[in-house]
Amino acid sequence: MADALVTPDIRAGRLTADDYLENFEDLHPPLGVHEARVEADRCYFCYDAPCTIACPTSIDIPKFIRQIATGNPLGSAKTIFEQNILGGMCARVCPTETLCEEACVRNLAEDRPVSIGLLQRHATDTFLARGAAHPYERAAPTGKRVAVVGGGPAGLSCAHALARQGHDVTIFEARPKLGGLNEYGIAAYKTTQDFAQAEVDFVLSIGGITVECNKALGRDVTLEGLRRDFDAVFLGMGLGGVNALKTEGEDLAGVIDAVAYIAELRQAQDLSALPVGRKVVVIGGGMTAIDIAVQIKRLGAEEVTIAYRRDREAMKASAYEQEIALTNGVVIRECLAPRRLIGEGGHVRAIELERMLPDSAGRLTGTGETVTLEADQVFKAIGQTFVPDALGGGEALELDGGRIGVDADRRTSLAGVWAGGDCVAGGEDLTVASVEDGKIAAASIHAALTA
Amino acid sequence: MADLRSNFLGIKSPNPFWLASAPPTDKEYNVVRAFKAGWGGVVWKTLGEDPAVVNVNGPRYGAIHGPDRSLIGFNNIELITDRPLEVNLREIKQVKRDWPDRALVVSLMVPCEERNWIDILKRVEETEADGVELNFGCPHGMSERGMGSAVGQVPEYIEMVTRWCKQHTRMPVIVKLTPNITDIRNPARAAHAGGADAVSLINTINSIVSVDLDQMAPYPTIDGQGAHGGYCGPAVKPIALNMVAEIARDPQTHGLPISGIGGVTTWRDAAEFMALGAGTVQVCTAAMTYGFRIVEDLIDGLSDWMDEKGYTSIDQVVGRAVPKVTDWQRLNLNYVVKARIDQDACIKCGRCHIACEDTSHQAITAMKDGLRHFEVIDEECVGCNLCVSVCPVEDCITLEQITEGSDPRTGKPINPNYANWTTHPNNPNRVAEAAE
Repeated sequence: MADALVTPDIRAGRLTADDYLENFEDLHPPLGVHEARVEADRCYFCYDAPCTIACPTSIDIPKFIRQIATGNPLGSAKTIFEQNILGGMCARVCPTETLCEEACVRNLAEDRPVSIGLLQRHATDTFLARGAAHPYERAAPTGKRVAVVGGGPAGLSCAHALARQGHDVTIFEARPKLGGLNEYGIAAYKTTQDFAQAEVDFVLSIGGITVECNKALGRDVTLEGLRRDFDAVFLGMGLGGVNALKTEGEDLAGVIDAVAYIAELRQAQDLSALPVGRKVVVIGGGMTAIDIAVQIKRLGAEEVTIAYRRDREAMKASAYEQEIALTNGVVIRECLAPRRLIGEGGHVRAIELERMLPDSAGRLTGTGETVTLEADQVFKAIGQTFVPDALGGGEALELDGGRIGVDADRRTSLAGVWAGGDCVAGGEDLTVASVEDGKIAAASIHAALTA
Repeated sequence: MADLRSNFLGIKSPNPFWLASAPPTDKEYNVVRAFKAGWGGVVWKTLGEDPAVVNVNGPRYGAIHGPDRSLIGFNNIELITDRPLEVNLREIKQVKRDWPDRALVVSLMVPCEERNWIDILKRVEETEADGVELNFGCPHGMSERGMGSAVGQVPEYIEMVTRWCKQHTRMPVIVKLTPNITDIRNPARAAHAGGADAVSLINTINSIVSVDLDQMAPYPTIDGQGAHGGYCGPAVKPIALNMVAEIARDPQTHGLPISGIGGVTTWRDAAEFMALGAGTVQVCTAAMTYGFRIVEDLIDGLSDWMDEKGYTSIDQVVGRAVPKVTDWQRLNLNYVVKARIDQDACIKCGRCHIACEDTSHQAITAMKDGLRHFEVIDEECVGCNLCVSVCPVEDCITLEQITEGSDPRTGKPINPNYANWTTHPNNPNRVAEAAE
């Protein structure tokens, strides 16, 4: 029996084939045509609508909802794409409860906002499902060439807007596929049926965008070279690094980087092949912590606990996301900071955490009291960092708080270089914010190239 | 408990809710179901002469829907009964025998010859039905054959046929009017002159309910073509209410009993028709939408409301609002109101602002001290009620009467006295004293 205790219970294929299908189907089933019309009718078509003001990309929400209500879903989708070419993914992953839906006046009337996210998805899905022609035509060629580094939401948004203006764009993407976190990061049940790639295809169908995958900045291309070969450069490579726990036992087997595991999960052809512990502890309080905890639970883990060093109020994951975790049977334990990973035979067996006491200023003090949680796997989800190494080899790019510094037009300190998305300072690390960055940068680049 | 019993032209029914002459009253089977459900009476679907008419074998109905498929307006191209006269008469006789306490009125439509009317009246009398309703309203199919609204649109015909009927039957005669005319008072006066015991209105309104944009043809479409039909349902209620009121307050027809028809769906609709002079109401579309059970709430709702208001019998309700219906020129021009927005109830949608700003009087703010804030500007507000109408929150915006000082919009002092257009200085035809 003693042996059984030290052997970590990590197995693949904990569930039946049907379980995997059910657990990883759409988190929110899409609205049917009638449901969409009924929900669309709830929109009051507000004057100077608060939802539009709350949207980082300023989508004309009352207009697109009205277009659904009048039976014009293609027009509705065009209204969305006009401001946000990745409106399909944003409909799925935006924290609408803290953006447009939080601003909805229906909250004041009856505590239930219009389901703007689901309506946006209805419109954009209808557009893509009907195989409608790309809504925009490129302007006359300008002969200008722009390099976009990183094929995530910021890069795609920037590339599309520039291609539309008649510029020729080349996207350099380090990974095998475009999409960035849409493809490698978002929880699988939020973007089913390979939607990320379908959306990439839609964005690229405007034409004028050359894609160079498996081309990483600093490895295959240099910033210096891109500045030399292109008329402008947009940097949107996201966050390449993950924070370390910096505690004893971090290198034990079974202590896993959540971001890497999610990327593997997203690319897995067969979810039953993924190794899943019976008892799992997730360290962190952001979206990644929620996403890994819920997905590992849905992969069949028996006990999943999120341990966060501050209280739930302070978690970066919204109340809504926390709710998803809780309804999936994940336990959230607050005010616990990791102190030591306990291993046996080179594999993690438990994690020791110290109970923390936040003071009124938010500073944490250890109480000395410790809690030990058994764990077959420990996932680290304590934040991602920008890795500036790839920028080296030329003139220095000014950083701001560890990320790339930009002005309101998303210009960096280097002439001809713009940046946006998670890799720039001051962002919200949201897909929709990245799309807006790309849009703003594209407008600035276009202005600079046609000046 | 209010007494809902109705005595209309001597026709007694336990409540004033009758089913109108229409598909729900075409057969004994349906009518018995209706009586079991609690309906006070029926007007049997219009009888004609044999051989019976035929209906199309394609769609007869079309509808206007709200976003959740709520039925707002309804359209039909069905004709009068397409069953043999003998069968209908036999069933009517049986039903009246089995349900003596319910009103059973028979709707009739035959060609405009005295002989034809004499014949059918005699046969109906044999059933011991309570009365007849002359269908001068059907606007499709029958009208093309010189019946239905073709009669209802010519007051002289109405008067002539009504007179024949009164002459040849002891039964009460109700004349059902078509709204497809310019002034409802003329056909009502004609019916009155012909001796009608009552009028019932409105029949359906000529309508094309929608166009099928794929087939490029009116809907409902029958083998690629469509014809106009008759419009009814909740959407027509305001038109019907006005016509009922016009007849109720016309000096020539004042006091003529009215059976109100047109979009009655709830007890409140019924109470409104009654307040404007309808002694009974007739229902069709609501029953066809929801089934006969709706009569339960029609009865309960009306009864509870009457109790709450202290009305003990329906006589106390019928016609009660008629004296308040007047002409525009008699409205008090010294009555000044301003819109008031309840800031606690306001959800800040801004619809009042944009409606007023774009289409009316620029009398509602969108912002105050840099914040989203909707407030009425008394200097611009004409009290038009548009903001009240478009506000999605009930009772959030109300109109408040200004009784003191002056109207901030006109600068004129508030005049507590009644004054209308007839004496207004701008009226070139003004008279010295206001007509009360």
